[in-house]
Amino acid sequence: MLQAVTSANRESGDQPWVGRSIERVEDAALLAGRGRFIDDLGVAPGTLHATILRSPHAHADILSIDVDAAKSLPGVAAVLTGTDVKAVTTSLVVGVKAPVECWPIAMDRVRYVGEPVAIVVAIDRARAEDAAELINVEYRPRGAVVDPLGAIVSGAPVLHDGFPGNLASDRSFRYGDPEKAFAEAPHRFSIDIRYPRNSCTPIETYGVVASHDAGEDAFEVLANFQGPFSIHTVIARALKVPGNRLRLRTPPDSGGSFGVKQGVFPYIVLIAAAARITGRPVKWIEDRLEHLTASVSATNRATTLSAAVAADGKILALDWDQVEDCGAHLRAPEPATLYRMHGNLTGAYDIRNVKIRNRVVVTNKTPTGLNRGFGGPQVYFALERLVQRIAIGLRLDPLDVIKRNLIGAGSFPYRTATGALLDSGNYQEAVARAVEHGRLAELKARRDEARAQGRLYGIGFTAVVEPSVSNMGYITTVLTAAERRKAGPKNGAQATATVGLDPVGSVTVHVASVPQGQGHRTVLSQVVADVFGLAPKDIRVNTEIDTAKDAWSIASGNYASRFAAAVAGTAKIAAERVAGRLARIAASQLNVEAADIVFAKGFVASKRNPENRIAFSRVAALSHWSPGSLPDEAGQTIRETAFWTPPELTPPDEDDRINSSLCHGFIFDFCGVEIDRVTLGTRIDRYVTMHDCGTILHPGMVNGQIRGGFAQALGAALLEEYAYAEDGSFLTGTLADYLLPTTTEVPEPEIFHMETPSPFTPLGAKGVGEGNCMSTPVCLANAVADALGVADITLPLVPARLAELVRGAEPPPPAGGASAAAVRGGDRRLRGEGQTAVKGAPEQVWAMLLDPATLQSVIPGCQRVDKITETHFRADVTLGIGPVTGRYRADVELFDLDAPRTATLRGRATGALGFGNAEGRIMLAPDGNGGTTLTYSYDAAIGGKVASIGGRLLDGATRVIIGQFFTALARKAGGGGAEGAGFSLFALLAKLGSLFGGRR
Amino acid sequence: MTRLKADQRHAVRFSLNGKPVEDEAEPRMLLSDFLRHQLGATGTHVGCEHGVCGACTVVVDGMLTRSCLTLAAQVDGCELKTVEGLAPSADRLGVLQQAFRRNHALQCGFCTAGILMSLDHYLSRHPTPSEAEIRDLLSGHICRCTGYTPIIQAALEAAAELTSSKKETSNA
Amino acid sequence: MKPPTFDYLRAGSVGEVLEGLAQQGGDARILAGGQSLMAMLNMRLAKPKLLIDIMRLEELRQIERKGDTVIIGAGARQADLLAWPELAEALPLVSLALPWVGHMQTRSRGTICGSLAHADPSAEMPLALVALGGEVFLRNTRRRRRIAAKDFFAGMMLTARAEDELIEGISLPVVKGARVAFREVARRHGDFAIVACAAMKTQAGVRLAVGGVADVPIARDWPELEGTALDDALNAFAWELGARDDVHATARYRRDLVRMIGRDLIGEVLQ
Ligand code: FES
Ligand code: FES
Repeated sequence: MLQAVTSANRESGDQPWVGRSIERVEDAALLAGRGRFIDDLGVAPGTLHATILRSPHAHADILSIDVDAAKSLPGVAAVLTGTDVKAVTTSLVVGVKAPVECWPIAMDRVRYVGEPVAIVVAIDRARAEDAAELINVEYRPRGAVVDPLGAIVSGAPVLHDGFPGNLASDRSFRYGDPEKAFAEAPHRFSIDIRYPRNSCTPIETYGVVASHDAGEDAFEVLANFQGPFSIHTVIARALKVPGNRLRLRTPPDSGGSFGVKQGVFPYIVLIAAAARITGRPVKWIEDRLEHLTASVSATNRATTLSAAVAADGKILALDWDQVEDCGAHLRAPEPATLYRMHGNLTGAYDIRNVKIRNRVVVTNKTPTGLNRGFGGPQVYFALERLVQRIAIGLRLDPLDVIKRNLIGAGSFPYRTATGALLDSGNYQEAVARAVEHGRLAELKARRDEARAQGRLYGIGFTAVVEPSVSNMGYITTVLTAAERRKAGPKNGAQATATVGLDPVGSVTVHVASVPQGQGHRTVLSQVVADVFGLAPKDIRVNTEIDTAKDAWSIASGNYASRFAAAVAGTAKIAAERVAGRLARIAASQLNVEAADIVFAKGFVASKRNPENRIAFSRVAALSHWSPGSLPDEAGQTIRETAFWTPPELTPPDEDDRINSSLCHGFIFDFCGVEIDRVTLGTRIDRYVTMHDCGTILHPGMVNGQIRGGFAQALGAALLEEYAYAEDGSFLTGTLADYLLPTTTEVPEPEIFHMETPSPFTPLGAKGVGEGNCMSTPVCLANAVADALGVADITLPLVPARLAELVRGAEPPPPAGGASAAAVRGGDRRLRGEGQTAVKGAPEQVWAMLLDPATLQSVIPGCQRVDKITETHFRADVTLGIGPVTGRYRADVELFDLDAPRTATLRGRATGALGFGNAEGRIMLAPDGNGGTTLTYSYDAAIGGKVASIGGRLLDGATRVIIGQFFTALARKAGGGGAEGAGFSLFALLAKLGSLFGGRR
Repeated sequence: MTRLKADQRHAVRFSLNGKPVEDEAEPRMLLSDFLRHQLGATGTHVGCEHGVCGACTVVVDGMLTRSCLTLAAQVDGCELKTVEGLAPSADRLGVLQQAFRRNHALQCGFCTAGILMSLDHYLSRHPTPSEAEIRDLLSGHICRCTGYTPIIQAALEAAAELTSSKKETSNA
Repeated sequence: MKPPTFDYLRAGSVGEVLEGLAQQGGDARILAGGQSLMAMLNMRLAKPKLLIDIMRLEELRQIERKGDTVIIGAGARQADLLAWPELAEALPLVSLALPWVGHMQTRSRGTICGSLAHADPSAEMPLALVALGGEVFLRNTRRRRRIAAKDFFAGMMLTARAEDELIEGISLPVVKGARVAFREVARRHGDFAIVACAAMKTQAGVRLAVGGVADVPIARDWPELEGTALDDALNAFAWELGARDDVHATARYRRDLVRMIGRDLIGEVLQ
C-alpha cells in the first residue's frame, strides 16, 4: 500500500521543483563538446566499417551482382548481397496480414531509389566506399508507381504480388448514422487533399555498432534507436534469436530524432548480420545523402473529406476517404501513421456521425515510419482546410465555424464518435484567451490596412487536439474484429522507471524513455527531487537503455509524446514507493508515526516537530548497511522499479471504437501572413499558438518543444518536400535541395498556455512535442488561402506553384523571337528535336552511325566501342563536365532500320553516378547539294545518384553534350561543324549521368 | 613543394586550442574526421558532409571553416579552435555557453558546437550585433530542435554581457 | 561519403601549380577555398588524381586597384574582398552581390575565382563578372591569356579554361559613379539564385544581367527604355534566356521574375 508522503524543498520554501524552468543537467557537457553521441564513442579494436550500395532505380529486377573486384580490394573484409543476408536472417514482420516479405536489403528486385543492394565491410569507411564503386549490378528496369492514387488504378505496375493492385489494406468504418446526416443536411462540403512527403530529418544521422558472439549466438547492438521497443521483437525475430540474445543499447546522447530514428531498425538487422558473417564488430554511420534518400519518411496521403453541415456551420457528419502511401515496403509499425489518429478524426469538434474508408498502398518510394506529428499533419490539413471552406461557403467567419463545433467545456471526459476518450480541457476558454492575448482584433485591422494598400495579406486559424501516449493496441484497428479476436488483445502502454539508492544515500533514476535531446534527465531530477525533498542536483538520472539489464516494455522509447505524461509520472510513482518505505524507517528511528514524516531540505523529519529529523542520506543508506535494523514491514529501499499502464487504454471494441491515445492536449493557432507580390514568398507576420498540455513540468522545455515543432512545421509548410519524379527518381537528395528552415525563415511564435491537468496521468501532464507539427502547416495554408483568395492549396507553398494559382496568362514570347525551350514535362523526361545539315551524303552518315570506329572517335571520352551485333553496340566512356567525372557502360540498340533514311535508337548507360535511358528517332534526307539534312527527336530520362543530387543542372548539360557530339560527328563527316544542337543519344545517354548541381 | 601520395599516411601537425597536436592522415582525410577520430576531439560534429548544415564549423587561422569541406592536410601548421577550447576551464562554462544554457538554446546539442564557434568568432569581432546580423550569421547553420529563437536570444545576451564586462575591466 | 583517393600538392610557387597542371592535365584540380570542390569530392562526383592547393601562395592573394580596374587574385577569399575598404566605392555592384554568396561560414574560405571556375549558372560572382564586363587571366606553363567574361562561361559548369590552365586572377572595371542595383530571389537566404539580376546605368543606356535562368549569366544592353518598350524588351529577354523547370521553380516563374525585377532594377538605376 502506497503511503502518502508530503515533501517540500530546501532553498525555496515549499515551492516544488516541478513547474520551474531550471537549467538542464544535460547542457554543460553538450556545450563543452563533451557530448557522447554514437559516433563519439570508441569501438572495440578491430571493428570494421560498413557502407551500403544502394539502388539507383525505383523499380527493377536485379539480374546479377558482380562483387569480385570489390572483394579483392585491399582492406575489404566482405561484400554482402541479399543472398548472404537471407542466409542468416528472416524477413521483417509486415504490419498487415498478407503473403508479403519485407527485407532490409533487396533480394532480387529493388523497389525504391536508395534500397540497399550490397553491404561492403572494410577496415575504414573510405575503403569500403572505394570498393562499393567497383560492384557491378545489372538491373532490368520495371515500370514505377509514385502516386498513391496512380498505384491503385488497374494496370499499374505491381510492387508485391501479395498486395494485389498495390493495396495492402482496405477497411471501412461507420460510426453513428452518417448516411442519414448527409441525406438530411442542408449543405455538403468536400475537399481533396494531397499531403506531401517530408521528414523531420534530425541533424545526427543513424548509427549502428553491432557484434555477434558465435559461441552463445547472441548479438550486441549499440544504435541511436529511439523506440518503440516493440521493434526489439521485430529485430530479434529477423536475426533469428530469442529476445534475450539481442542486447540493444543506446548511446547517452542522440542528435535529435522526432520519430525518425525508429527507422534505423532495418539497418540494425543488416549491420548485425554483417557482424555475424564477418565475425567482427561492424560499425555503420549513415551519411546525409543516404539519410535523405532512404532513411524514412512521413507518409504522403491522398484524402477526400466531406462534411454534412447545418446552415449555422455545425458539422453533422464527416466522410473520410484516406489513401495512405507507405512507400515500397510496409515496415513495422506501419500502417500506424494512418491509425494513430483514428480516435481523433473529428479533431476538436463534437461530431457524432463519421464514415471512414482507409486504404494503404505501396509505391516505389522510401518506406515510411515515425515522424513527429505522426498522422496528425495529414488529418488536420484536410479537416481544418475543410472548416475554412465551410466558412467561406456559408459566408461565416472561420473562427465562428470553429467555435460552433468545439466540444463543450462541460463534456469531459468526452468520448469521440470513433472511440477516443478526451481527458480534459476547456477549448472555448483557450480560444477566448488566445484571441485576446494574441490580439486578433488588431491582426484583422492589419489585414484590412494591408489589403487597402493592395498587399496580399491573410489570416488563418486552426483548432487541434494533440493526442499523446499511444495505445499499443490502436494499430490493431487495421484488423477486423474477427481478426483481432484471433490475434489476441493488444492494448495499454507500459511505462517503467527505476529509482535506486546507493550506500551513501544518493539517488539514481533509470528510465527507458530514450531522450533525443528533450532534457528528460533534468525533468526526472525535478520530479524525484520533489518526492525526496532534495534538490535536482542530488539526483542522477540515466536514460541510456540496455535491454539486457533495464526494465523496459514494448511501449518503451521516445515517441507519441509520452515522456511527461507517462514516464515522468512513473518515476514519481517509483520514487513515492521508496519514499513510503523510507518514511516508515525514519518513523521508527524518530519515534513518530509514518504519517507524521515529511521529506524536506535534505532531511526526513517530523512534521509536528521539525527539529526531530534525520539526514535523508542516512535513512536512504540503511538498506545497504543495516537491513536488520529496518522495521519488519518496511522492505528494502535499494531499488524500486515501477510499471504503469493506464486502464483507459483498452483494445478496439467490437464496433472498431478505439481510444488511440491516453491524453489529448488542445491547440488553437492563428496567424497573419503576407505574400510578396513579386516573389510570392510567404512571410509570417504573426503566429499565435495557444496550448493546453495539462500540467507543465518545465516551462522552458515545453516552450522549446513548441518552438522546435513550429520550426519543423514551418519547413513542412513552406520548404520541405521529398520530391520524386514520375519514374521514381528521387530529386531532393542533398540539404541544398531538401530545404530546411534557417534563422532567416523562422520567427518567434507567440506562445500562450492554459493548464487543465489530465485526470489520467500521475502528474496531470500531457504530451506537447508534436502539436505544432499538426496545427501549423494547415494554419499557414489557411492564411495563404485567405491572402490569395484561392480554394486549393498544396504544401509546400513553393512560390512558383502559387504563381500558377494566382497569375493569369503569361505575356507570350515576341513574334519570331525565341520560344520556350524544350520544356520538361512533369515526368522529368528530357525531350527534344531538331534538324541540322551535314556535308556527307545520307549513305555516308548512315554508315558512320553504324561504325564503331567512327563512334569511338566522335564520342567524347569514349575508350572503346564493341559491336555486339550489327545493331547493338557497347561502349566504355569516361565523361566529365567541369570537375564531375564518371565511368559509364553504355548499350545502344538500333531498331526499325530503313537505310539510309530512318532508324530508332534505344539505349541505356550505367555508372556509379547513375543511369540514363533514352529512345530517339533519326531521319536522314538528301539536302539536294550532296549533303544530308538530319532530323532527330529524342526522349531521355536519367536517374540514380546524379538525379537526386544534381537535378538542377541536368538540362543545360545535356544540351552541351549533344552539341559536343554532333560537332564532332559533323566534322568527321566533312562538315564545317554544326550549328546549334546536334544529336547523339549514344553520348547523351552516357554523359547524362555525369552531372551534378554543386553547392558551395 | 609538398606532394603527398594518395595511399600513404602523412604527418599533420597543428595547434588545437593552443596545444600542439600531431597525427597521420591520408591526403583524402577530412579535417572533421581527423579531429574526431584521430585526435579524439569529438565535440565537432558532422551532419551533412556537404557544407550546408554547419555542425562541423571550426576556426582555422581566424577563419570560420567547414571542417567537412577541408582536408586535414590543408591545415598543417595552422591554428585551430574548436568547441573544446571555448570553456575557461573544464568545470566552468564561458559567457556564451552559459547564455545558451540559460536560454535553453540547445536541445539535442548536435548542432551546438558549430553554432558556438560561429558566434564566438563573430562576437569577438562584432561586439554589439543586431538581431538581424545574428540571424544572417546563423543562417549558415541548421538546428532541427530549437526553432532558433532561443539561440538568437542567447547570442544577444552573451554579446551584451561580454561588452559590459569588457567595459567594467577597462573602467577599472 | 568520403572522398576518393588523390595526391595532394601544396604548391610553393605558381610555377609548381602550372607544372602540376601540365603534367596531370584533366586529372588535376585546383584546390582553393574548396567550398564547391570538396563537396563534390565527398560525394565522389569528382575523381581527380591530384589536388593542387594554391592557398599558401601569397602572390595570388592580391586585391588591388590599378587605375580603372580592380585585380583580384586566385587566392583572394570572398570574405577578403568583402572586407576590402575600397569595395563599395570601386565595385558597388560586387559589394551588393557578394553578401548573397553562400553564408559567412563559406565566404570566409571560398574564393572569388573558385566560384568563377565552378561556373554555376546561379552563382552571384559569375553574374557580377559578366554584368561588369570583367576579364579572366589564364595561364599555363607556356603562355598567359586574358579572356572576356562573356566568352569565359561556356555552359553550365563549363568555362573556356583549358585543362592545363590556372585562373590566375580577374580584373573588374571600376565604373566611375555608376548607378547599380542588384536583387536575388532564392528559396532561402544563401541558396543559389532562382533568379538574380544586376542592373547598371551605362553611357548608352542601361544594362541588365541575369543569372540563374540560362546556362550562363547573360547581360543585355538597351538604350534608356520605359513604358511598354521596356516591358517588351524585358519580355523578349526573359523568353530568350530559355528558362526551365526544376524542383525549386518553374520556367514561367523565372520569366516572371526577370520581367518584374528587371523592371524594378532598371527603374532604380535610371531614376
Ligand atoms: S557537416 Fe560540414 S557543413 Fe554539415
Ligand atoms: S539542438 Fe538539436 S539540432 Fe540543434
